[in-house]
Amino acid sequence: MRRFAACAGYMVLIYGFIFLPVIVLVLFSFQDGRFPVPPLKGLTLRWHAEVLADADLRAALLNSLIVAVVSSLFALFFGFLAARALAHSGLRGAAAIRGALTAPLSVSYLVIGLGLLASFNMAGVGLSLWTVGIGHVVINLPLCFAICFAALGAGEVQAERAARDLGAGEWRVMALVTAPMIFPALLAAFLLSVTFSWDEFLIAFLLSRFEVTLPVEIWSLLRSGLNPKTNAVGSLVFLVSAIAFLAVELATKRRT
Amino acid sequence: MTARIDVENLTRRYGEATALAGVSLVVEAGEYCVLLGPSGCGKTTLLNILGGFADPSSGNLRIGGRDMVGVPAAARPTTTVFQDYALFPHMSLRDNVGFGLRMRGQGRETRNRRAEEMLALVGLAGAGDKRPSQLSGGQRQRVALARALAVEPDVLLLDEPLGALDLNLRRQMQEELKAIQRRVGATFVHVTHDQEEAMAIADRIVVMNKGLIEDEGAPERVYRRPKSRFAAAFLGEMNFVPAEIRGGRFMTALGDMGPAEAAGAVTLGIRPAHLRPGVGVPVEAVVREVMFQGIHRRIRVEAGGLELLAHLPLGIEAAPGHRVTLAVDTAEIVVLP
Repeated sequence: MRRFAACAGYMVLIYGFIFLPVIVLVLFSFQDGRFPVPPLKGLTLRWHAEVLADADLRAALLNSLIVAVVSSLFALFFGFLAARALAHSGLRGAAAIRGALTAPLSVSYLVIGLGLLASFNMAGVGLSLWTVGIGHVVINLPLCFAICFAALGAGEVQAERAARDLGAGEWRVMALVTAPMIFPALLAAFLLSVTFSWDEFLIAFLLSRFEVTLPVEIWSLLRSGLNPKTNAVGSLVFLVSAIAFLAVELATKRRT
Repeated sequence: MTARIDVENLTRRYGEATALAGVSLVVEAGEYCVLLGPSGCGKTTLLNILGGFADPSSGNLRIGGRDMVGVPAAARPTTTVFQDYALFPHMSLRDNVGFGLRMRGQGRETRNRRAEEMLALVGLAGAGDKRPSQLSGGQRQRVALARALAVEPDVLLLDEPLGALDLNLRRQMQEELKAIQRRVGATFVHVTHDQEEAMAIADRIVVMNKGLIEDEGAPERVYRRPKSRFAAAFLGEMNFVPAEIRGGRFMTALGDMGPAEAAGAVTLGIRPAHLRPGVGVPVEAVVREVMFQGIHRRIRVEAGGLELLAHLPLGIEAAPGHRVTLAVDTAEIVVLP
């Protein structure tokens, strides 16, 4: 009994540690007052309404969505192609290529962001949402590659062989056989990459100029001090991430 | 609809290892050909080269007179029934079977009609809406067959198609394969390591070993008059008895085995079924071991200093240590180099 109580206490502490900040953020976005700090004076939807009425925030929200979806599609496409090539061929040095592809997962976003910034400057490419998107492809491609690679097994290789035998060219093999067979993995990779891109600040900050994504817009809001409005934006960001994450869970659970 | 296969001097090396060491073979159009041999003999490599899944290191391959070396699998008049079926798990049986026609640009209606026909041919009429995961192993095998036949290939390649089935189902599928082959008329090339399966369905058996063809021909000929020791032993148990030819007769440790045409030293092959009590050259033997086999007893005996396998009809009792009088049916003796 005491053991159980100790375990339960430990669990409450851990979960509290993880979720308390989120709960506080969301709770004080409903603060009926000017400061998102205790005491809670009452509940209001005023700050949420203000966020949705703010043209800059709305634009940033849209930019974030576009960057997240488009960059994730590219990351998924390239990651899938690379995974397929490496899963099937008995290429010499396949392990080394695989390592080189997944290594960027361990490189800091600061390094990637600064490196890309320098490269874009040298190449004379102006900063825009495109450059942010390219940055997000760079960070999400290794992830998409790793997820696709893990999903490709002997069953896929055999089915592809059969498709080729029946007259399918490589593109149709991929579109009609490989991709549908590992669809849950593709969906999971896509949604994870959307969540990462959606939340990402550092690269988006370094590689954008006039059009910015939501995290960058929030950062500029914060410079004028704490305000329940920032909490309201934060809650929205969290809501979108949570939905995407739940979708990932569902996508991977259902078919396996 | 059907095509002849000409294989000339095919070799295939994987690094140091030689999978095919120079194979020449003609399979006539409409024939049921079985490639038989132990694992690693090169039979699967040969099938892969026929299907376009591997390239030969050297040699020629023509199907229906057309040169096939370098032609990708998709462009060949061949389709394959794979060992593990390789069905598309995300498609209905109808779409699985119709896949090849889809790749050939056929409309959905034509495809579906043809798919239902093919499913009916393999005994799965009306199952078009099911998914592969809802089927048993034997049924998946049938779908794989229907899918490969739906595009009316000239040559159907079967890679150990019955290996995963239990004995009764395998026998049933052997009969069905043979019947379907007669109906569609395509050339079938079937790989197996099961000699009973090979003899039951083949028009032509090709016995392979270490990348070479040991013997090929009609099953009965290959079984009764094998051309090599390996082919003789692989198709069924065989006693090998050294013989010397003296005075135009085969002289062995078991006695005089009759007139010989050649000269020198040879080996005589005697199947256990032809060493039994009855007519022929008598052999006095001591029983060492008795194994009950249902239709007869298979006994291990010693005679003339040789250890031999023989068959005893069920009526005759035998136990280790007993003496029995057996006889060699000289008409069925195989002379091997």
